[in-house]
Amino acid sequence: MVDLLNAIVLMGNYVIVPGLAYGSQLALGALGVTLIYSILRFSNFAHGDTMAFGAMLTILATWWFQSMGISAGPLPTALLALPIGIIGTVLFALATDRMVYRYYRKVKAANIVMMMASVGVMFVMNGVVRVVIGPGEQRFADGERFIIKAREFKEMTGLSEGLAIRTTQAITLVVTIIVVALLFWFLQRSRTGKAMRAYADNEDLALLSGINPDKVVMVAWIITATLATIAGTLYGLDKSFKPFTYFQLLLPIFAAAIVGGIGSPLGAVAGGFIIAFSEMGFTYAYKRFIGYIGPDGWVPDGLLQLISTDYKFAVSFMILVLVLLVRPTGIFKGKVL
Amino acid sequence: MRNVILFALMALAFIAAGEFQSWSFSLTILNLCLISAVMALGVNIQWGYAGIFNVGIMGFAALGGAAAVLVNAAPVPEAWAAGGVGIGASLIALLAVIGLIALIRKKLRGNLRRYATIAAVIGGYFAIREVYDPAVAAIESINPAKTGFLGGLGLPITISWAVGGLFAAGGAWVVGKVALGLRSDYLAIATLGISEIIIAVLKNEDWLTRGVKNVSTLKPDVPTAIELQQSGWFLDIASWLEADPMLASGIAVKLSYAVLFTIVLGLIMWLSERALKSPWGRMMRAIRDNRDAAEAMGKDVTKRHLQTFVIGSAVVGIAGAMLTTMDAQFTPGSYNPLRFTFLIWVMVIVGGSGNNWGAVLGGFLIWFVWIEAEIFGPMLMEFVTSGLDPASTLKASLMGSAAHLRLFLMGVILLLVLRFSPRGLIPER
Amino acid sequence: MSYLIGDKMTGGYGKGADILHECTIAVEKGEIAVIVGPNGAGKSTAMKAIFGMLNLREGQVRLDGKDITNMSPQDKVRAGMGFVPQTSNVFTGMTVQENLEMGAYIRDDDFGDTMAQVFDLFPILKEKRKQHAGELSGGQRQQVAVGRALMTKPKLLMLDEPTAGVSPIVMDELFDRIIEVARTGIAILMVEQNARQALNIADKGYVLVQGRNRFIDTGEALLANPEVRKSFLGG
Repeated sequence: MVDLLNAIVLMGNYVIVPGLAYGSQLALGALGVTLIYSILRFSNFAHGDTMAFGAMLTILATWWFQSMGISAGPLPTALLALPIGIIGTVLFALATDRMVYRYYRKVKAANIVMMMASVGVMFVMNGVVRVVIGPGEQRFADGERFIIKAREFKEMTGLSEGLAIRTTQAITLVVTIIVVALLFWFLQRSRTGKAMRAYADNEDLALLSGINPDKVVMVAWIITATLATIAGTLYGLDKSFKPFTYFQLLLPIFAAAIVGGIGSPLGAVAGGFIIAFSEMGFTYAYKRFIGYIGPDGWVPDGLLQLISTDYKFAVSFMILVLVLLVRPTGIFKGKVL
Repeated sequence: MRNVILFALMALAFIAAGEFQSWSFSLTILNLCLISAVMALGVNIQWGYAGIFNVGIMGFAALGGAAAVLVNAAPVPEAWAAGGVGIGASLIALLAVIGLIALIRKKLRGNLRRYATIAAVIGGYFAIREVYDPAVAAIESINPAKTGFLGGLGLPITISWAVGGLFAAGGAWVVGKVALGLRSDYLAIATLGISEIIIAVLKNEDWLTRGVKNVSTLKPDVPTAIELQQSGWFLDIASWLEADPMLASGIAVKLSYAVLFTIVLGLIMWLSERALKSPWGRMMRAIRDNRDAAEAMGKDVTKRHLQTFVIGSAVVGIAGAMLTTMDAQFTPGSYNPLRFTFLIWVMVIVGGSGNNWGAVLGGFLIWFVWIEAEIFGPMLMEFVTSGLDPASTLKASLMGSAAHLRLFLMGVILLLVLRFSPRGLIPER
Repeated sequence: MSYLIGDKMTGGYGKGADILHECTIAVEKGEIAVIVGPNGAGKSTAMKAIFGMLNLREGQVRLDGKDITNMSPQDKVRAGMGFVPQTSNVFTGMTVQENLEMGAYIRDDDFGDTMAQVFDLFPILKEKRKQHAGELSGGQRQQVAVGRALMTKPKLLMLDEPTAGVSPIVMDELFDRIIEVARTGIAILMVEQNARQALNIADKGYVLVQGRNRFIDTGEALLANPEVRKSFLGG
């Protein structure tokens, strides 16, 4: 019995808690990708760098607040700085739409051209982020580090395995739940949200209904930039901020959006958690876990790791391929690209 | 005529770089320009001929680099003795599992087929690991500081250019089989993924390519600068030219590479042009311009796409092998998608997609700008920040990251060309 | 003077060849006008020209005496024109009720009574109002499409082959509803493939051939015209 509890706590500590945090971050990222896909109809390769850009602005604002002695007590200062990052990123996103994408919408360019343009935007954002904050790693999490430490948990429960929950992990999950709830309320209930869904569903008919496409596109960018900034900041708080990592998030984020069904917000959220837990599950070494639930006193020789952590990209990719082969519309029947 | 002027201007740029910076530097850029041009040609075959959006160029270039290691590195007999059998057995086991799955897919139907497939994948995976893990451990424990891998065949490295092409072609065939029937976005994301995986394999499978420990013992076929400095005939020529032997040897090595690369580029260019003008090339462009119509006329679009994808990737693989040859070392950690995938895309778009000469010009121009921008970026930043206190941390950090301005510059170039001259410098005829 | 008139329209798509040649279509309030003709006669094109989805080289479109030729389709919706396209005319991923709400997007007043009217007209929609439009049958979808267009309280309703792909019983049912709509004082302009049935309910019929007006008359008279019967109604 104790062994079973230990095994559960072990999984909780190394797979479930980090998976929930990582899944939340991917879900927020995938929501942005899926939103741009359904409204502007292209795969936005600049999304990872938009996240980096938003996180960078938030970090700069955090440093500014810290230098003025403003803090959020036990919570990270970055939460206070987040609105500044969001506003800056929204403005940047609207500016890119004005200067880049609007033209291609007007001439009704093929979506591959828009995608190529997003590569250009990606380069620009990449350059801006690296010039302003540098290519190196930045840590900006402050406040209380843990909600519960592994040692405290052990003392509390008397188990031999500890469960640590970092503040940033809890914040990530809470913020994500709030943001996703707000977003779904907006899309399902509000007039503008419904107009966006209508536009995504049938652009011509939306125009015939008098829906203003410019407004829909603008709102889509505002939401996407907001989501990207939040996702980027949470990821940076939880792990650390490094511009290149954000570029690499592009693959799991796209995988999440496609697995869930691109164009489906619900799918993006589900996809984010599927990808995160698969990555965690495949790269976790089950040696100790089996030690607890296996026969008494028996401990396996190897690490029992399905694949090395270095191949976590392969997990996203494999799931992606599997979905493409078995069910190209994704779990929630999104559009087929 | 316009094209001649464009290429003449490019040549002028190299002369300027040689005169004002240094000839050695100019030649270094030229060599990398030649390699970039080959890569751009490969991508142009995919994008320009067939409209395939490949975002995995980095992976195919790295496969070419790995070929250079496997062909040229000295074999490590101890490692072969320790783990060769194991690796061979794993390979056989892998093939057996694939065969088993193929058999299951063919013979069984419905749910049974699905469960049998899953069981075969899982069972096969663990079975292979059972043989593979000890073999890898054995190989990697042999003198890890120097070798720790199986080594290569010890053959002349130039052979690896062809092998690199084959490797990349093989990789492309597998990716293409899975992803090419799908629309552009999926293919882009799938290729992005496969290239990351290829890099991950090369970084982590130490027994194969030493991973991030790098292979720096590659032997070029052209004489090295040090060999030249020690040979009498070269010193004679150098003194006759009244040149510093140190400098002259460096330039001589680079020139020999330039000649080799030019031959390869010329050959691929000639073949590409022939292919483009052949009925095959016309059909490819017809498919690109109107896929549905071509399909309705009975063309097997997916198969043609697979062909083009494989050929284009092979060309990229050749370029990748050439690059590793010139560096005389293989460093998997240095593959970065911005430089190895997206920069090549900028080359193709700027040069003129669908036009081989455009791709070559784009390769030259963009690489030249990329390198020069790394130098001029900080100079520009120095100018911009000249009003700031030299001791301020802001200035220091801005100066430190000024080299990254070139990323910004590439983005702006790409966006401007896409917007105002979408057909590129040398448009498709 | 007619409520809506597309007067001597000449033009085609983009820079392509002209499809319409001095084609005139007019409709009065509370009246049903039907455009019929053989395949490729430019029926749908004439309708799209009136709605401004076509480049007119010559001619004018006037609504209530006002020239609206160069007005954008969105502004035409605001001016009181409702358009039901032939295909993809519902938001498949949204519920019936949301479809109707989207129809009323431009309205800032309370549109509850209009929705009640639409539900009265198409009772099945009330029943299925929580269902996604994509899950409905062809006939029900057409009702959603018409209902969506009615939500703007249009003064003119344009229908592009509303009965395409529905069964004869559903077709009769739809035509009955369209007559009901016309009785409320809305002008109806409709393109129809099923010429005979459509002319039956039409106050006015336009027979187009190769983008030109061939016959203009009341529906009844056209049905009685032997030449029309022979060439366009199959005897």
